[in-house]
Amino acid sequence: MAETLRYRDDQPVDHPAVTVDAFLDQSNAAAVRIEPGDDARELLPHLGRLSLVEVNFPAFGDGRGYSSARILREAGYEGELRAVGDVLVDQLAYMRRCGFDAFEPDQQLDKDDVQAAFDRWPEVYQDAADDRTPIWTKRHA
Amino acid sequence: MYKYDQYDQAMVDARVEEFRDQARRRLEGKLTEDQFKPLRLMNGLYLQLHAYMLRVAIPYGTLNSQQMHALADIADKYDRGYGHFTTRQNIQYNWIKLEDAGDILADLAKVEMHAIQTSGNCIRNISSDHFAGAAADEIVDPRPYAELLRQWSSFHPEFSYLPRKFKIAVIASDTDRAAMRLHDIGIQIVKNDAGELGAAFYVGGGMGRTPMVAPCINAFVPLDRLVTYAEACLRVYNRHGRRDNKYKARIKILVHEMGAEEYTRQVEAEYAHLLEEGVEPPFAELERIRTYFEDPLFEAGAPEEVDRSDPDFAVWVDRNTVAHKEAGYVSAVISLKPVGGIPGDATAEQMRLMADLAKDYSFDELRVMHTQNIVLPHVRKADLHALWTALDEAGLGSPNLDTVEDIIACPGLDYCSLANARSIPIAQRISERFAANGKTGTLGELKLKISGCINACGHHHAGHIGILGVDRKGVENYQLLLGGSEAEDVSLAKITGPGFDENGIVDAVETVTNVYENERQDGERFLDTYRRIGMNPFKEALYG
Amino acid sequence: MRLLTGNDLKTGAVTWWTGSDWSIHVEDAADVTGNEDEIARREEASRRVNSPYAVDAELHEGSPRPAHIKERVRALGPTVRPDLTLKPADPEIGNWVI
Ligand code: HEM
Ligand code: SF4
Repeated sequence: MAETLRYRDDQPVDHPAVTVDAFLDQSNAAAVRIEPGDDARELLPHLGRLSLVEVNFPAFGDGRGYSSARILREAGYEGELRAVGDVLVDQLAYMRRCGFDAFEPDQQLDKDDVQAAFDRWPEVYQDAADDRTPIWTKRHA
Repeated sequence: MYKYDQYDQAMVDARVEEFRDQARRRLEGKLTEDQFKPLRLMNGLYLQLHAYMLRVAIPYGTLNSQQMHALADIADKYDRGYGHFTTRQNIQYNWIKLEDAGDILADLAKVEMHAIQTSGNCIRNISSDHFAGAAADEIVDPRPYAELLRQWSSFHPEFSYLPRKFKIAVIASDTDRAAMRLHDIGIQIVKNDAGELGAAFYVGGGMGRTPMVAPCINAFVPLDRLVTYAEACLRVYNRHGRRDNKYKARIKILVHEMGAEEYTRQVEAEYAHLLEEGVEPPFAELERIRTYFEDPLFEAGAPEEVDRSDPDFAVWVDRNTVAHKEAGYVSAVISLKPVGGIPGDATAEQMRLMADLAKDYSFDELRVMHTQNIVLPHVRKADLHALWTALDEAGLGSPNLDTVEDIIACPGLDYCSLANARSIPIAQRISERFAANGKTGTLGELKLKISGCINACGHHHAGHIGILGVDRKGVENYQLLLGGSEAEDVSLAKITGPGFDENGIVDAVETVTNVYENERQDGERFLDTYRRIGMNPFKEALYG
Repeated sequence: MRLLTGNDLKTGAVTWWTGSDWSIHVEDAADVTGNEDEIARREEASRRVNSPYAVDAELHEGSPRPAHIKERVRALGPTVRPDLTLKPADPEIGNWVI
C-alpha cells in the first residue's frame, strides 16, 4: 500500500469508509466512499456528520470524480476529501483545484515529482474549489 | 489580434515545462505508454502511421505573420518542410520526434502559440468563422467570445478527463461558415429584440460514426453568463456522459439518449446553482479581450474598382474574394487545393510567402479556414492584382474556392493509423478529372468532402457530395453520399448505395454532376437540385 | 509469417524486429511466429520500442511483405509523397504498396 499524502492539519479518520448506499441506509459512519457512478449530491443533506469522503478513481481517465469533489466543496463540505485509486502525478494539481486535500494512490508516487506537480502552475484561469485567485480577477483587481 | 499578457505567457511557458517533464519521465520509464498517452495527446502529440504527429492549435483560426513564419520554421527544422492545415483550423506536422516535442512547444510559446488540448478527452481548440471581423453579414466579431472560452477551457481542472473529446465553435452571423451545429457545443452570438447581445447554445452535434445536428437548448444566454452556462453544459456531460463505450461517449449520444429536454433541464438546474457559486469572469475581462479585436485602420475611401483586364486574374477575383464590411476591401482566399495537389498541405516556403503577403496586404493577419484554405481577411481591392501575381507565381493562385476542386480531405491511409482507405489520392484524381473536363467553373458551388474512415475528420456527412473510405476485405473501397451541408442549411448526407473502387468513385462523382447539369433549374446549386429531385435520379444514373 | 512492428520510442520511426534488434526496413524483418508476445513484452519493457504488435506477412521476391495495405504504407511511407518514402528513387514501389 502506497503512502497517503495529506494536506490537512487535523487527525485522519481511523475507520474505513462505507459505500454511499450503506451510508444512506442510516449508518452512523463518518467516512464514505464515492464511486464514479454515484451521485455526490445524495450526500449533501448529511455533510455535517461526515469527516472523510473518499472519491475512487478506478481508472485515471474517468473524470467523474472531479465533478463529485467540486460539488461537495460547493455545498460547503469542509472535511477531508481524498482521491483514492489510480491517482497519478499528472492529475494531482487538477484534483487539488477541485477540492481534494488528500491522495491515496495505488502506486507510490515519487516525492519530487509530486512537489513539482503542485508547484507547476504559477497562475490559474478558472474559479474552482481551491482558494487560488483566477487570472481574470487579478487582471481587473 | 489577441496578445498574451504576462499571465497567458506564464501559463503557456509552464505547460512547456510540464510537457518536458512528462516526456522525460516517459523516456526514463516512470510513465507507461498508457499513462503517457493522454498526456501527450493533451499536447497534440499523436503516434501516427509514420512517426509522432503534432497538432498545433490556431485559436479560432487567426494568426499573424510572425506566427506563420514560426510554423514554417518548425516545418523546416523539425519536420520535412511542410504542414497540413486541418478542418478544425489547426496545423499538423507528420514527422515529429518525441525528443524534439518539448523544443517545438517552446518555439511555439515564443510566438504566443501552443498545442494545448488539441487532442485528448478535453475541450479542444475553439473554432470560429474564418471571416470574423471582416464579414459583411456578422453582427459582431465572434472571436472575443472564443478567446474567453479558450482561457476558460485551458487546463480546466474539472473537465480534462471528459468521456470523450469536446469541440466548440462560435459564430456571430446567420451564415454559418464554421459547421457550428456539427460541434459538441455550437454558439451563435445573437441580438434579441431589445438589441442586447447574447449567446444561443446548440448542444450535441457531431460527425463521426453517428452524425447529429445539434438542437438549440437555450436561445439567449446573456453574455455576462456565458462561461457559467458553458460550465453547466460540461458538468452535466462530465457526470452523465457514457463511459462504457467509446463510440457512445460523445455528448451527442447523451443528449440523444437523455432527450434534449431532459438534458436542458439538468443544465438549467446546474446553471442556477453555478450562478450562485460565481464562476463567471468579471465582465471587464470580456471587454478587455474585445479591445484586441478592434478593426484595423482601414483606409477611408479605398477605391472600389478593380482592373479586370487580365482574364486569369478576373476569374480569381470572382471566385476567391469575398465581400468585406468595409468599402474598398475584400477577404481574399488563398487556395491550398492546386489541381492534383494534397488538400491542405503547404510547404514552409509557401507559409513564409503567405505570411509576408499578409504583412504587406492584410494588416498582418491570416486565417485558417475549416475548408483547409488560408484567408487574408482585409485586402484593399487596389492591392488584389499584386497579391494575385505573387500567389500565382508560387502555385497558390488556384481560382477554385467552393468549387468541386476545393475538396476537403482528411489525411486518410497515407498518414492516419485509423484509416480504412486513402483519401488524398481520391481528391487528387477528382480535381484532375474536373480540371481536364473543364467543368469546375460551370458546376458552381459544390462542396466535396472525403474521409478515410467513419470518424469523419473530412466531414463527408456534410458534403454536398461526400466520400467515405471503407475496407472491403482488405481492399480500399469508397461509398458515395449526397445531400449534406454544414452551413446554416445544415443537413446530413445519405449513402447512394454500394461502394466503388478507386477509379469507380471518380467516375461516380462525374456521373452525379452530370445528373445535376441535366436537371438543374435557374441558379440552383448541386445541393438545391438534389433536395428538389431527391436521391432516385442519381441512383439510377449510378447503378442503372 | 508474422512480423513484429512498433515505433521507436524517441523518434516515432516505424521499426521492425530483425531477430536481434529493430530496423526501419521491413526487408530486415524476421519471422516471429510463436514468440511475438514474449519479444514484444521484453522490448517494450526495455523501452526500445513503443506499442509493438505482430502482423501477418508473406515472402515476396525473397522479402517480407505485410498482408495488410496499412502495414505496407507504414513500411514505406505516404503513397502521395514518394519523395518522402524509404525508396524515393524506385518508380515501381507504389505497386508493392497497393
Ligand atoms: C491523423 C490523425 C487523426 C486521428 C487519429 C483522428 C481521429 C479522430 C477520431 C477518432 C474521430 C472520431 C471521434 C468520435 O466520433 O468520437 C475524429 C473526428 C474528427 N476529426 Fe480527426 N483524426 C485525425 C486527423 C484529423 C484531421 C487532419 C482533421 C482535420 C482535417 C480532423 C478533424 C476531425 C473532425 C472535424 C472530426 C469530426 C468531429 C466530430 O466527430 O464531431 N481529424 N478524428
Ligand atoms: S477520418 Fe479516419 S482516416 Fe481520416 S483522419 Fe480521421 S481517423 Fe484518420
